[in-house]
Amino acid sequence: MEFAELIKTPRADNAVLHGPRCPAVRGTLCLTGHHLIFSSRRKEGGEELWLLHANIDCVEKRFVGSLGTIVIKCKDLRIIQLDIPGMEECLNIASSIEALSTLDSITLMYPFFYRPMFEVVEDGWRSYLPEQEFELLSSVTDEWRLSCANKDFSVCPTYPPVVIIPKCIDDEALRKVAVFRYGGRFPVLSYYHKKNGMVMMRSSQPLTGTNGRRCKEDEKLINATLRPGKRGYIIDTRSLNVAQQARAKGGGFEQEVYYPQWRRIHKCIERFNILQESLIKLVEACNDQSHNMDRWLSKLEASNWLTHIKEILTAACLAAQCIDREGASVLVHGSDGTDSTLQVTSLAQIILDPRCRTIRGFEALVVREWLQAGHPFQLRCAQSAYSNTKQKWEAPVFLLFLDCVWQILRQFPCSFEFNEQFLIMLFEHAYASQFGTFLGNNENERSKLKLTQKTMSLWSWVNRSEELARFKNPLFEANSLVIWPSVAPQSLQLWEGVFLRWNRPSKFLDEAQEEVLNIINYNRELQAKVNALRRQLAELETDDRMQENLCGTTPTFCHILIGFPKRQCPINCHFQFASVLLPAEGQRN
Amino acid sequence: MEHIRTTKVEQVKLLDRFSTSNKSLTGTLYLTATHLLFIDSSRRETWILHHHIAAVEKLPLTTSGCPLVIQCKNFRIVHFVVPRERDCHDVYNSLLQLSRTAKYEELYAFSYNPKQNESEQVKGWQLIDLAEEYKRMGVPNDYWQLSDANRDYKICETYPRDLYVPRTASKPIIVGSSKFRSKGRFPVLSYYHKDKKAAICRCSQPLSGFSARCLEDEHMLQAISKANPSNRYMYVMDTRPKLNAMANRAAGKGYENEDNYSNIRFQFVGIENIHVMRSSLQKLLEVSGTKGLSVNDFLSGLESSGWLRHIKAVLDAAVFLVKAIAVESASVLVHCSDGWDRTSQVCSLGALLLDSYYRTIKGFMVLIEKDWISFGHKFSDRCCQLDGDPKEISPVFTQFLESVWNLMEQFPQAFEYNEAFLLQIHEHVHSCQFGNFLGNCQKEREELKLKEKTYSLWPFLLDEQKKYQNPLYSPDFSPELTLLEPNTVSFNFKFWRNMYHQFDRSMHPRQSVYDLIMNMSEQNKQLEKDIKELEAKIKQKNGQPDAVILKEHQQSAHPAPVALKTPPCFKKEQPLIPVNDAVRTIEGSNTADNRYSEFMEEFSKAEPAVVSLEYGVARMTC
Repeated sequence: MEFAELIKTPRADNAVLHGPRCPAVRGTLCLTGHHLIFSSRRKEGGEELWLLHANIDCVEKRFVGSLGTIVIKCKDLRIIQLDIPGMEECLNIASSIEALSTLDSITLMYPFFYRPMFEVVEDGWRSYLPEQEFELLSSVTDEWRLSCANKDFSVCPTYPPVVIIPKCIDDEALRKVAVFRYGGRFPVLSYYHKKNGMVMMRSSQPLTGTNGRRCKEDEKLINATLRPGKRGYIIDTRSLNVAQQARAKGGGFEQEVYYPQWRRIHKCIERFNILQESLIKLVEACNDQSHNMDRWLSKLEASNWLTHIKEILTAACLAAQCIDREGASVLVHGSDGTDSTLQVTSLAQIILDPRCRTIRGFEALVVREWLQAGHPFQLRCAQSAYSNTKQKWEAPVFLLFLDCVWQILRQFPCSFEFNEQFLIMLFEHAYASQFGTFLGNNENERSKLKLTQKTMSLWSWVNRSEELARFKNPLFEANSLVIWPSVAPQSLQLWEGVFLRWNRPSKFLDEAQEEVLNIINYNRELQAKVNALRRQLAELETDDRMQENLCGTTPTFCHILIGFPKRQCPINCHFQFASVLLPAEGQRN
Repeated sequence: MEHIRTTKVEQVKLLDRFSTSNKSLTGTLYLTATHLLFIDSSRRETWILHHHIAAVEKLPLTTSGCPLVIQCKNFRIVHFVVPRERDCHDVYNSLLQLSRTAKYEELYAFSYNPKQNESEQVKGWQLIDLAEEYKRMGVPNDYWQLSDANRDYKICETYPRDLYVPRTASKPIIVGSSKFRSKGRFPVLSYYHKDKKAAICRCSQPLSGFSARCLEDEHMLQAISKANPSNRYMYVMDTRPKLNAMANRAAGKGYENEDNYSNIRFQFVGIENIHVMRSSLQKLLEVSGTKGLSVNDFLSGLESSGWLRHIKAVLDAAVFLVKAIAVESASVLVHCSDGWDRTSQVCSLGALLLDSYYRTIKGFMVLIEKDWISFGHKFSDRCCQLDGDPKEISPVFTQFLESVWNLMEQFPQAFEYNEAFLLQIHEHVHSCQFGNFLGNCQKEREELKLKEKTYSLWPFLLDEQKKYQNPLYSPDFSPELTLLEPNTVSFNFKFWRNMYHQFDRSMHPRQSVYDLIMNMSEQNKQLEKDIKELEAKIKQKNGQPDAVILKEHQQSAHPAPVALKTPPCFKKEQPLIPVNDAVRTIEGSNTADNRYSEFMEEFSKAEPAVVSLEYGVARMTC
């Protein structure tokens, strides 16, 4: 199919663009196969808008006389308005945009056409392979093995070809367990807590059905993760009620009798359309500036968004607590094991594992716990908050995860190597991207689409130092401890960077942010300078000393050398530490 | 002293306010003449000033002892359990007596001695000079003059002695106008905008009833109008809801009839009265103090308390005022009923938006002295300094501070001071430790001889201003436009956690970017100094090597950290938002601080039955 067929009017002059928070601009509108391009007429400093069709969530049109207006609502929540003279042009353009933004075939998507303008230093497709992850694991324990039973996706279509399972379970047993778990999603290792050797596993619900079926291999598999005499916890992300109802449809939950060493805890996390509706309501509330205070608060409440945040965070904290504080292993599942399960396992790792709070570690987490674990991005992110077609499978599961990470980041602003912009960038790319990373619903689909050959990985782009600079948190200081966030409603906040991004002027906040950076950079500069001068002075002293030594005086210059890293800082000892680290970091940069 | 029945109780438990599993610290409770002190087993001290206590409540006896709940005016809530009921009763009765003072002379300020000599004390009181402030605004000038009409508080007892009025307003007009205004509070100048030649004036409601009029009052408004050469009309803002103003007419009060006054534009802005505000805060505190609060209960409680709606109303009114002056160059007369609550809020916030001086540390003190203290905001009644009518208590000043905080959130670089400054002022408005806020008006303060017998707060705040400086402040923030134009869309208003949960540490972020930046910019200054010293030293070395200089260098490069010196006036206070918080909390924080942990605590107690487990889950999810 040629895109040209879909583009009835490729260009409209004299169009007017009304973007969020900026004055209207007159200019020319062009449609290409993958972009809507608007360029203002002014030659110098003219603004250009390149909007990916895939980013368009919905298109509305209205007419006043012969002047048509198209309102484009984007998946990144931005709303832009285009005034196009001429009814026919306007209709043509609207229908073209609609057609181009709802292409059926994945292979027509932009990632298959995108040619990067940058040099690929490191192929992101090869950055986070399960084999590498396993190598890290096998350096601390030998109780686990890589299984290739799923190499042709026959055991579980939504799992990657290689997974990590207990060493004592052979592939034959694994196949039996897969039959007992919904969608074949047998329990696999999600996280190994080095501190005490406890593990977190994830799976889907067991297919116990109404007559309480059991599977010896399943019991053996998860018991294999327990230390002798130790107990574990099964965190079921459904309410007990929902879990019980699932039995009628062949699903169910682990029965105490067959899993005596395991305690089941139900933590209800909502799914699918409830989450999607929550997002729609929240964005609606945020976009209406005319709301009075009562209406705004009641709409915010009615959206339930922050309630979902609190539920997810609480469940993740609970899982982390079982592992770190109780010294118990944990199995997490909901029904499918592709949504709320992943929210819990990935957030628990953010809390427990300092590595996940670095940029590369977080990318590895997204790859491991979301992409390879088979979160159906294609289905969930097909539409965002402005969708009016009520489809069943859209849900902001990944956005909720990012929001939860943001909440923790806000409470521990120095413990993350990345900043808020990094999370916003991931949100944007999950919904519309020039990269192939978030295409497809699982590794099986991705390998059929040959994404690694035909598209560019997001990580190839992000991990270049030019891009990383934008996403680095200048206050980051590796914190090797477990970080426990507060989940009190007073501590949770609306993620303004995403939900109010297009609705409020941010000039003053941006400038303040810049000033923060200035202060930090200036501090590094000064530290480096002071250190250099100290060294210079010390050298001069040494020279003196050598001369004096010749005359037989006691050397005292070592005091300076010892004194210098311990430089007294005017406020607190925290900076004594920083002052040693910062210049070194500065040199690295 | 005679009120203290027991000075020390041992084995007292201090319960965690938000814990559902009765987590507690055990320690000793001490009662002093001025403070209640709790020292826990790890020697951590909790000091509570008696004047800060808003309410003491003795709950029914439990198996572990007698619970005593103390609510403070700075929103600290402590929950003690005293093992013996008798002790509890003694403490309770002592606190009741100690926290309710009958006479001003018994307030802490009269016994507080910061070891300043007399001249320092006098100098402290002279720090803020309002005559200077009016001069700064450009008054007196061709249009405005100082009036001596109230020199002896003869015309209005609750106004200051020095008042600025239009030159054309003669004494008979002033006297006549004051007779037509509630409590004699006739229209006077609050702020003069030099560039626009427009003024903010304030007064109380007119005694117009249904039809009364007063020519002198009409002349007064005309004089204000005419004192502004750039605009012929003026605004009269009645900050009350229209309904309230109308109801006042039945009592012989009311609002200006536009037909009787030439060239006025009359406007209601709808800020609720002190009683509505009091119960609104009450509801807010009830909601935020709930154990195991859900997000939806929090948000719906926030909504039904109306608190943020009121804050928005106050700021909206200030924005209206500022637009009249900045855009139309029109003078504005602001009043409510008595002109000392809502009027103070709107006038002071308006001036803060118009004039960057009030966004400096010194300027903010001046603003509070001018629009709140001197114009007779009834601090004593509103903050319940003496045992009085509970219906007079109202968080009007707290709302002002919260409005300023909201502006600081929107304009992080526009203010020289920071949140801690606002919190510290709030603390001392209620502490009765300094003389500034005692009493209800200037006349009363003079009678109490506060300037001789007590100390002023401001020099103490200036002494430790490092703590209150905003590291992001840029004095030439939007230089072409000293005017702040805040966005008052509802979503910009947030719950002020650091005020209402100031003492609930588990709710705050564990690491604070703000504190780090503050320390860093402080450190930058020191580093700059070090560099200069080092450079000088190297220069010298290159000139003539000398071992003595080296030793000097080592001493001078490490001066004693200034911030570590505890200023005498705050020794006994708990730190507000401690500057060093970032240091102590750089680690991962404790699960025990958080609500989701309650469940696990129980869970970890030897083999719980499944039943209790479900129970725990239910509690956690609720």
